[in-house]
Amino acid sequence: MKKILIVGATSAIARECARLWAKDGSEFFLVARNANQLEQISNDLIARGATNTTSLIMDVIDVNQHQSMLTSCVAILKQIDIVLIAHGTLPNQTECQTDAQVAIKEFEINGLSTIALMTTISNQLEAQRHGSLVVISSVAGDRGRPSNYLYGSAKAAVTTFAEGLQARLFKLNVNVLIVKPGFVNTPMTAGLNLPEFLVAQPEEVAKQIIKAIEHKSASIYTPSFWLLIMTVIKLIPTTIFKRINL
Amino acid sequence: MSRKILSWGNYPYHPQQLHSVSWRDEIPQLIDEITARNGDTLAFGNGRSYGDSCLAASSHLIHTRNANRFIHVDWNTGRMTAEAGVTLAEIADIAIPNGWFLSVTPGTKFATLGGAIANDVHGKNHHIRGTFGNHVIQFSLVRSDGETLLCSKDNNSDYFSATVGGLGLIGIIEWAEIQLLPIKSTQINTVTERFDAIEDFFNLSSELDHKHEYSVAWIDCLAKGRNTGCGVLILGDHSQYGNLIPDHRRSITLPVTAPTSLVNKFTLRLMNETYWHKQPAKRTTGNSEYAAFFYPLDAINYWNRAYGRRGFQQYQCVIPEKHAEIAIKELLSMIAKFGRGSFLAVLKRCGNIASPGLLSFPMEGTSLALDFPQHQDLADKLFPILDLIVKEAGGRLYPAKDAHMSGSDFRLGYPDWEIIENYRDKKLNSLFWKRVTL
Repeated sequence: MKKILIVGATSAIARECARLWAKDGSEFFLVARNANQLEQISNDLIARGATNTTSLIMDVIDVNQHQSMLTSCVAILKQIDIVLIAHGTLPNQTECQTDAQVAIKEFEINGLSTIALMTTISNQLEAQRHGSLVVISSVAGDRGRPSNYLYGSAKAAVTTFAEGLQARLFKLNVNVLIVKPGFVNTPMTAGLNLPEFLVAQPEEVAKQIIKAIEHKSASIYTPSFWLLIMTVIKLIPTTIFKRINL
Repeated sequence: MSRKILSWGNYPYHPQQLHSVSWRDEIPQLIDEITARNGDTLAFGNGRSYGDSCLAASSHLIHTRNANRFIHVDWNTGRMTAEAGVTLAEIADIAIPNGWFLSVTPGTKFATLGGAIANDVHGKNHHIRGTFGNHVIQFSLVRSDGETLLCSKDNNSDYFSATVGGLGLIGIIEWAEIQLLPIKSTQINTVTERFDAIEDFFNLSSELDHKHEYSVAWIDCLAKGRNTGCGVLILGDHSQYGNLIPDHRRSITLPVTAPTSLVNKFTLRLMNETYWHKQPAKRTTGNSEYAAFFYPLDAINYWNRAYGRRGFQQYQCVIPEKHAEIAIKELLSMIAKFGRGSFLAVLKRCGNIASPGLLSFPMEGTSLALDFPQHQDLADKLFPILDLIVKEAGGRLYPAKDAHMSGSDFRLGYPDWEIIENYRDKKLNSLFWKRVTL
């Protein structure tokens, strides 16, 4: 039984992680934008064995809310064993290229808000000298590709920030886990035309995340074959890379 | 995801496009969007229907599998409310540690709650508990006109009896409340006895069925002459002792579809003979874990791939009690002569508990089910003969398994079909329904 804070609790990866934790009677503090969806998630977790759930409606880009969100979370859970930051969108790259406002907004959701959340929450974990902070980054952050470099750059910022935080908190018995999923079968990828063998189920991704938390891993690619794919992509010389459309 | 999907039998070949629902309140809008572009649609759960009853006439399906949240459970009463996309396995996984199990379970745990209702599935305890629909307390039905109906035996009861077994045509089931069965243990106490001929099956099952919660027989469909219908009767009851542990068998996966069917005359004879000789000749008691007892085939993910690219057809009929013995014997001898049946044929005596659905398959009598690798000979040679035997005995075929029955046989076997057509949501239609009602 663990005490768990999830930001972006209505996302598919968060849902599957939470279901696995619920089996052990964990207690949840769930944060998301949509009240109706949060209630559905919460009922599901209770039925699956969660001891208790508390829901808080918050938009992650409203950074002023982060501290009060954390304060109420700590008031209820007393201590936080696991933090999962899982919110995100998949921006339309073409729109981000033509409209700087859209680009900035998407960067705010996928990059800045996550960095802000990690900043606020890490202080609690530092004080506890205990806990795991799990952040969903993406393979897209490993190298800018023409098809989604706005999203990729936001995730690159998240990854680099989390790496620094990781080294800071490691000395205080707090593990930061950076999760880099490939394509996962979620509403976020529903509109994409993807080869089936590349698309993982969120249940599988969740199992790997939970294993990585137990092993105090620093970073995982999930499914793990993405490590190979991204290594190859990173090794392609720029002179060639800029001529292909990935 | 733009995946192209077939039904479980991989036959008929009508690839379908899935449109996924993540949250149940998206259903009305999705119906509108799909039907505006494509005319009609149909709900699709986890794709365990064999033939064309789960394929939309328009080839555009509403995929409900991801709407799989539990809504409420009461472990004191065993009443559970969940979205239609949860599978029976997911229900059992959370119910078992709390001392509950599915009141009725079919031979696969991968069917969804919505699918179990739409096909009014039954299991090895039909003679004691009736169909799945007998344990449905209520459900919420979304219609394309934007209306959502709460249906139970007392409330919108006409929609209730049309939807249970209604093949998904009346509306899209958003969530359902069901009654679970209390259990003390996941262990099943079994009684197994071999029989040498079909007459012995009827005698044995008359003697033993009513004393046990579960009863099913496996038949060697290749046995001829005096041995026609030799097989083994397996009875079971939930043990009063033992543990409450959800299934955690390691399953293996058939990674690819075989180029041609791995089920053929030679493998079939080998497997049937082996299975037969493994069974004790005398009445033997034993025990089994529930998953091995209920879901032997689920241990192999995508076992349907063994039938090759052309797929397979399942033939499942039920014959009324009065004519069952003669007709089943006739069916089995025709199948043995044909020589290309499945590994094992399943025989089950259904009880007299009335199904709540107008289009429910089971009736008091005996049901026979077996798989055939797809081949033109099925339609040309075997099925016309079997269909005739079934029709003359007053029986009928199971739409959830079917890819061949004639419209006239369907309408004769299911005289209430016109009521279903009246209640059908006109924006929902399946290839099956088009085939048998035209």
